[in-house]
Amino acid sequence: MSILVNKDTKVIVQGLTGKTGTFHTEQALAYYGTKMVAGVHPKKGGESWTSGLDGAAELPIYASVADAKDATGADASVIYVPPAGAGAAIIEAIEAEVPLIVCITEGIPVMDMVKVKAKLDKSKSRLIGPNCPGVLTPEECKIGIMPGSIFKKGSVGIVSRSGTLTYEAVFQTSNAGLGQTTAVGIGGDPVKGTEFIDMLEMFLADDETKSIIMIGEIGGSAEEDAAQFIADEAKKGRSKPMAGFIAGRTAPPGRTMGHAGAVISGGKGGAEDKIAAMEAAGIKVSPSPAKLGETLVEVLKG
Amino acid sequence: MNIHEYQAKALLKEFGAPVASGVPIFSADEAEAAAKKLPGPLYVVKSQIHAGGRGKGKFTELGPDAKGGVRLAKSIEEVVANSAEMLGNTLVTKQTGAAGKVVNRLYIEDGADIDRELYLSILVDRTVGQVAFVVSTEGGMDIEEVAASTPEKILTLPIDPDAGVTDAAATRLCDALELTGDAREDGMKLFPILYKAFTEKDMSLLEINPLIVMTDGHVRVLDAKVSFDGNALFRHDDIMALRDKSEEDEKEIEASKFDLAYVALDGDIGCMVNGAGLAMATMDIIKLYGAEPANFLDVGGGASKEKVTAAFKIITADPNVKGILVNIFGGIMRCDVIAEGVVSAVKEVGLKVPLVVRLEGTNVELGKKIINESGLNVIAADDLDDAAQKIVKAVKG
Repeated sequence: MSILVNKDTKVIVQGLTGKTGTFHTEQALAYYGTKMVAGVHPKKGGESWTSGLDGAAELPIYASVADAKDATGADASVIYVPPAGAGAAIIEAIEAEVPLIVCITEGIPVMDMVKVKAKLDKSKSRLIGPNCPGVLTPEECKIGIMPGSIFKKGSVGIVSRSGTLTYEAVFQTSNAGLGQTTAVGIGGDPVKGTEFIDMLEMFLADDETKSIIMIGEIGGSAEEDAAQFIADEAKKGRSKPMAGFIAGRTAPPGRTMGHAGAVISGGKGGAEDKIAAMEAAGIKVSPSPAKLGETLVEVLKG
Repeated sequence: MNIHEYQAKALLKEFGAPVASGVPIFSADEAEAAAKKLPGPLYVVKSQIHAGGRGKGKFTELGPDAKGGVRLAKSIEEVVANSAEMLGNTLVTKQTGAAGKVVNRLYIEDGADIDRELYLSILVDRTVGQVAFVVSTEGGMDIEEVAASTPEKILTLPIDPDAGVTDAAATRLCDALELTGDAREDGMKLFPILYKAFTEKDMSLLEINPLIVMTDGHVRVLDAKVSFDGNALFRHDDIMALRDKSEEDEKEIEASKFDLAYVALDGDIGCMVNGAGLAMATMDIIKLYGAEPANFLDVGGGASKEKVTAAFKIITADPNVKGILVNIFGGIMRCDVIAEGVVSAVKEVGLKVPLVVRLEGTNVELGKKIINESGLNVIAADDLDDAAQKIVKAVKG
């Protein structure tokens, strides 16, 4: 098993016709034939998109998400729309009742995400991101921009606020021979669709996921909340071996470190509090981002 | 992006918030004319810098007994004398760091007779994904101290974006601030105004500390600190026009021209990394091996050769940098593009310090080949751990 996506997941692309959307859709099609089924463009409905890679796959373009979903039975939508229009694109996908929405776009105004969140909370859709690398289940389905070549089918569930640190965790667990069930980048924005807890719940419930890596960073209190969740679940007898990492131990307070959500403000959101909370919940936190795989292997040895 | 207090107050006034009359000045010559525009007899002369703690701050050039960065004046002559003493000098507050900030602008404001000082801020509460008011009766103090010592005196109230500030919400805020009579009527009007200003102008923080109740029973915004969401500035040309580049680090301004996320730090190892998380983690691992990072730099996901070159130039322009670590895990970012950028930058600006390059991910072999065949004195690293140890060793010996 895996979480969120598998070989049967049918994906539409909002923002397919742009350079980024085109490149990553080609890559997804080339990754074990991820079922990319259609694109959406308000002015190009009825046209089609052709992959520039060998095999020259062709996808139909619909004028709206609702049309694309009706025509293809899509389960998921991935969004590459530029920041100014990305909030509206997410809302369109929510209103079309797409079950899984993955927004890659970085730089969406926070106020737009506040509006998205209000709609999302009243809907049945799940949003991953924005400002995230997406979701990948090895050898089955790649939604987003993660490099498929570093993945290996296996037993580790990975959830992270950072794209490139997700790659580190994937790479290191592949090299350690463990492989992954699914890797999820939940994104670096302050207001986002999914926090750690929901993903941890899914990984705990997934039989094939034998261990979990959780990667957080400074800003907010999502890691502390997640640690509390893990501690509470452990009391109920539900637990899996976990390793983790928190980026930003050396970040100065009050400065936004690249990700809009990565900022220590008002004395809150520092790395040490998060590490302490995770350790207290039984998550082994690696002091080095280069030793995520090694740390997990040690935890598994007991 | 931050703006000055006087700009924040002008903005809030546009939305109908009660602020005192005031005039910004840029030279002491303007002080008398500015004061004459105000009713008197009480004036406040306020240093305009992008940092808090101005009242308790000290001027480097003045003696230890000199007054701080916010001064009361009881006559026009006192306004002029204080302005002459403050302008052009360096104000050190607990938020500026030891270097302080030069005061290039003053705000001359009408004085107020204060009965009570309150605290109010609006921010995005990320735990619920909503805009929230934070209020306390303990105004004029550091809210972090209030939060630590008497958290029960702080009310955080998230606002449903579909409903806005309802009468019920405004009533709760009035109750928490213990507003009565005229002040309560003022508050019921003020809270929706502030919320409107916050959401329409895409603010990330609006802090009014203190919000005051005057002896005449009315409410006034006495200080205002406003920050904006940098991702929303594209739709606010009026706000962009308020940017004061003299308040920003030169290297950070240069980086922003190339859309690079850069933060200057105090250490001596320059870093160039793709991805914010990995960039922070790279700083952390440098520290773990006993050195200090000179900067945070995320070249982003889709950097071009030109962008990488610009990033490299910004790092090497920092005189503190004694070594450089390039750490790339290519996803969207291709390692060959990074390698070409690094090689081209080194050829252009030269390389006077050790350079360690770690490449992994998309097109890694091609990237390594470009570096190896460039003939440059680059130390190659196998992984992040190896890279961090090598650069620290190269710098520390």
